[in-house]
Amino acid sequence: MAELNTGDGGGGKGGKVRSKKQNSKVDLTAMVDLAFLLITFFMLTTSLSKPQSMDLGLPDKNIDDEPEDIVKTDQRRTVTVILGDNDQIKWFHGLLEAPEANGKPQNISYGKEGIRKVLLPRVKSIPEVTGNKDKGMIVIIKPTKKSTYKNLVDILDEMAICKVPTYAIVNDFSPEENKLAEELNKKAE
Amino acid sequence: MAKIKMSKKAASIDMTAMCDVAFLLLTFFILTATAKQPEPLPVETPASTVKAKLPETGLVTLTVGKSEGKEKVFFGMKDRDVREKTLELMAAKYNVKFTPEESAQFALIEEFGVPIEALNQVIKMKNADRNKAGVQPGIPMDSLNNQLKDWIYTARQANIELGKEKDLDFAIKGDAKQEYPQIKKIMDMLQDQKINSFNLVTGARGSNY
Repeated sequence: MAELNTGDGGGGKGGKVRSKKQNSKVDLTAMVDLAFLLITFFMLTTSLSKPQSMDLGLPDKNIDDEPEDIVKTDQRRTVTVILGDNDQIKWFHGLLEAPEANGKPQNISYGKEGIRKVLLPRVKSIPEVTGNKDKGMIVIIKPTKKSTYKNLVDILDEMAICKVPTYAIVNDFSPEENKLAEELNKKAE
Repeated sequence: MAKIKMSKKAASIDMTAMCDVAFLLLTFFILTATAKQPEPLPVETPASTVKAKLPETGLVTLTVGKSEGKEKVFFGMKDRDVREKTLELMAAKYNVKFTPEESAQFALIEEFGVPIEALNQVIKMKNADRNKAGVQPGIPMDSLNNQLKDWIYTARQANIELGKEKDLDFAIKGDAKQEYPQIKKIMDMLQDQKINSFNLVTGARGSNY
């Protein structure tokens, strides 16, 4: 297949023309190397270039101020997470005035060693406390003005990793929460 | 020490078959690869562990980023027919005229970020010039001149008028360092039009994050 026919071809006049004997095999090693390099390149770039996406569903804004049934949720189920400046998080469990056990407002970071250590045990323990499997944890995400888009995606990702059943992005801050948020952002400066 | 006599074997292996396979694969990957489009507003998306892919068609991307110290929003539609129809509807709304050539050229533009009054000039530019940083100032979205809102609205309208079964999907492609209020503004704008479900474009991250 890869042999090249060298020499000969033109019929010589008179007498036997001896075709030159040459090494007829071409060394393909370098060519194969190159081909595999390019294959690797194309394989990696094609699979990586497709962007991932995260679905986000938000509740309907009720524009026409219909009197809505205010559903009171069990404070034992809610964990509030305030996203601040410089990748800082402040979280508390339950009501701010009367937090649950080990649920006082605390600063924490993102990731495996940070917020996940707070969320994961509670995802399990909260349904046990409420005694109803359908009444799991509710995480209220409150991004402050100083937080970045990355923070939002990170915390949403955390929700997906910890399999938090219910979470919501809330933009209203109560005065006490505002104080907490300011404190958080000041500290980071 | 006794001398070990090496048996002489052929030192070269026949690489022909290997070469054939390698090039076959190479051809396959080159042909299936989609060329990466140059982005007029490059953003660095944050990473997430979510594995879902963005839809290939019927998608509108709102790119939110910062360049030259200014926050900008760019608008991009995936389908060419939607692009053309949207331009037609927008032109009627804002009383701007576009020639058929300009409209055809616009259908090839992946993403843009200029006020509609200046869209003519951007269409005329060469591809390379168009994607230079700072050429496009972003789509106006303040309360007096909210063109972004109209682009979103007309794109959906165009999608319906073209008789597509699937509604348009909206994706927000934000820069990781973008501050939250700007993102919220975009989300609010989508929600005002009752688009309550949308995609956030992210990059890949290892699952043991």
